[in-house]
Amino acid sequence: MQIRFWGTRGSLPAPLGRQGVRRKLVNALVKAAGKGLDTPEKADRFCDEELTFAESSTFGGNTSCVQIDTGGSDYLLCDLGSGVREFSLSAVARHGPGQPQTYHVLLSHVHWDHIMGFPFFVPAFIPGNRICLYSCHPHLESAIRNQNHAPCFPVEFEALAAKIEFHHLEPGRAYDICGATVVGADQLHSNESFGYRIESGGKAVVYTTDSEHKPEDAESMRRVADFFRDADLVIFDAMYSLADSISMKEDWGHSSNVIGVELCQMAEAKSLCLFHHEPINSDEEIERILHETRRFEEITRSGAPLAVHAAFDGLVLEI
Amino acid sequence: MTYEKTALEGALIVTPRVDRVDMTNADAFKEALLEAVGLASTVLVVDMSHLDYISSAGLRSLMIAHKAAKSDQKTLSLAALRPLTTEIFTISRFNLVFTLYGGVREALTALAPDSVAQFDGL
Repeated sequence: MQIRFWGTRGSLPAPLGRQGVRRKLVNALVKAAGKGLDTPEKADRFCDEELTFAESSTFGGNTSCVQIDTGGSDYLLCDLGSGVREFSLSAVARHGPGQPQTYHVLLSHVHWDHIMGFPFFVPAFIPGNRICLYSCHPHLESAIRNQNHAPCFPVEFEALAAKIEFHHLEPGRAYDICGATVVGADQLHSNESFGYRIESGGKAVVYTTDSEHKPEDAESMRRVADFFRDADLVIFDAMYSLADSISMKEDWGHSSNVIGVELCQMAEAKSLCLFHHEPINSDEEIERILHETRRFEEITRSGAPLAVHAAFDGLVLEI
Repeated sequence: MTYEKTALEGALIVTPRVDRVDMTNADAFKEALLEAVGLASTVLVVDMSHLDYISSAGLRSLMIAHKAAKSDQKTLSLAALRPLTTEIFTISRFNLVFTLYGGVREALTALAPDSVAQFDGL
């Protein structure tokens, strides 16, 4: 199973901006001084070997969209944040016109950052394409239809040329979607949110974003750990620090890196991917959080190691 | 949960005799801290020197006690954290919530200087 991240920010898109690019450029030029980087190959090697990820790249600014490749010809996505635009351009470029495709999309909920990419989802404009939208959320269809509606968007939903279907899922029930077995679970988040466990070919990935966890509620923590049980990868809402998530941002519906590690350790999951990054966090701050999370996993480990990743727009993980 | 209380002039020192606070004993930890907040006059110093590990549930107990102290216009501070516990405070950003003192005496010097001589005589 291959997991490709197209959008990884929480709440709203967060482009890097001029100052951010300038800061990286100045830093890299200073570090490169005197190193004779007179060919692209030497410069590339310097970026890979002597700069940190945050110095040479960016975690990106698009909101939630993750592709799960189970090996079939259809596409399977989680959420339709702004990252889906990049995905759709890539898919259309790959297939060209006149080659109808089927796209299956699991939606965690209908907050704007998770559906805002749909009006720009190019396959929806192409006749012959089939787009199947699935969610446990009761308002999926109305939210998607209302978004493609004047005065918020000039193209009405009814004008979209693809065949678009809505499928309501019941939490806790297994469904066969795009060749995978999918089970949804209720999550703690304002206006409702749902996580999905996706299993295919003996591998399991859990997509769980926009979900708060109460560490004092042992039963709830155990229930979540059971949902994560033995997963090969858990894509986890780690938007806030633990201190923020249980003080000033308590009941804001998000979680932290610390809780992510604790739940994955309870579940004996194999890897954790920090996701739904706080939009005000710089690349340097996200990279720091990644290193700290790996250290936290190390000092609290009692069983097998848990691999820790930080999602970025363009990350590809094989499980 | 077993914890020692040392009452000084202007400060109360509480020493939890536990090496680990997690989901299994976080409630008892919270109750012990809240009781200490009630007993303290103005300054409460929690001696963390026995603690090897504190989970998110334990940190939440500290947060609740911190809020209770604040609403009573009292100060709850932490002292003598072991290196791994200090790391957990940094990673969770609880180091931004609490002032962490290297030792109990250091905390008293900063928060209740009149109690230091009494502490030295213990």
